[in-house]
Amino acid sequence: MAQAGVIKGTVPAVSSAERSFDGRVSRIRLLTCVGLIALWEVVATLGSYGILYNDVVPHIWHIVIAVFYELISASFYRDFGMTFAAHSVGFISGASIAVLVGIWLGTSKLIREAMLPYLNAIGSTPKIIFLPIIFLMFGVGIESKMAKGAMSAFFPVVFTTTLGMMLINPVLIRVGRTFNLNKWQMITKIYMPAMVNPVITGFRLGVAITVIGVLVAELKFADGGLGYRLGIYYEQFQIAPMYAVIVLIFALAAAANSGMTKLQDRVNRHMAPTTSKGKKARASASGGLGVVN
Amino acid sequence: MAYEGWLAAAFSTPIVLLYPLFLVIFGRNHMTLIVMGCIPGAIPIAIQTRQGLLGVSKTLLNVGRSFNVSERDMFRKIMLPSAVPTIFTGIRIGVMYTLVNIVAIEYLIDFGGLGRIVSQMYDNFSIPETYAAIVAVILVSTFFYWGFGRVEKWLRPV
Repeated sequence: MAQAGVIKGTVPAVSSAERSFDGRVSRIRLLTCVGLIALWEVVATLGSYGILYNDVVPHIWHIVIAVFYELISASFYRDFGMTFAAHSVGFISGASIAVLVGIWLGTSKLIREAMLPYLNAIGSTPKIIFLPIIFLMFGVGIESKMAKGAMSAFFPVVFTTTLGMMLINPVLIRVGRTFNLNKWQMITKIYMPAMVNPVITGFRLGVAITVIGVLVAELKFADGGLGYRLGIYYEQFQIAPMYAVIVLIFALAAAANSGMTKLQDRVNRHMAPTTSKGKKARASASGGLGVVN
Repeated sequence: MAYEGWLAAAFSTPIVLLYPLFLVIFGRNHMTLIVMGCIPGAIPIAIQTRQGLLGVSKTLLNVGRSFNVSERDMFRKIMLPSAVPTIFTGIRIGVMYTLVNIVAIEYLIDFGGLGRIVSQMYDNFSIPETYAAIVAVILVSTFFYWGFGRVEKWLRPV
């Protein structure tokens, strides 16, 4: 990595050099992919002869077949629907509360200073540890997953919203004051447009973390959902379908993440003037990422 | 460059979900916990280290070059010291991630430390003890967060 930095620093971007650099990049990627697949297959073959990790690592075609069977089975879609419902309800409720709280914390310094230690303390604890309380309150059905999702979504969004509120360009706020706007007008006319970017960043983090939260809750106690499905396969030692579910979950999570990134890029392009501040908010938001799981 | 996107993707994937895989590979012992704590902890550190080394100020590099510093000294004396704050941010994130993941896995598989206590107390339906264990976890993670904040402040040059 150090070398990459040095090379980038010293060699000016000549088009042919850049092209060969791109070619090298894709070659390294391809080699890594092939290498990983080969390694996997070697371990799988050893496993099928009972030498190493017997039956733990199935052949890749077994996983592909299992993915196919998952995709044509009706119960997969039922589980997927449950997870999706829990995720969206949890995320939407958690994130909307978080935006309101974030705006509140951002505007009032007193409340912020008073509340921040508590928020940091709870934000830095693993949320999964609250699962027993959630199970006690909501039972083990889908409601508890919604609550867990809301809880997971709350913290990243509240942190980024508060931070975004604090980092708003003071010039904009002074303009609002000059026009003698009242508090509500300040929020709708000044704060909200300037806040879009950090809030979307928080949403992106929140979506990813909510996925984890919901699935982990389903793994522990559930009556359905993708995490539940994964747990069942694991308990029955059906390794190939287990991998298939993991692959599908990862694919869905990646799709959600890239969708949110696209949304963010679009918003960024729309709101070009605020991005200099927004970028700062994003950098610090990802810096505080460890705090928000 | 080649792995940049992959690292970011790995950062956002729910690695906790791979725990059945690690369970079958390493068995239900501390090795699983260590490995599962290691991977999510390492990824943010790698990302932040890269960012820190890329973000070294051009002026510093130029100063080094005008002093005709060798490539190795350039890395040791200029790039690494100026990247330390960013790297340390990565380490703090990594520590929190490791903690989160280990507690999560302990809770899920009923093995190990604090997570197991919470899970066990809940399974016994001894509610006050469950709450007590949860409070203990909060205290531990708050202590980690606070402690690493202090260390970070102490290490920072400014």
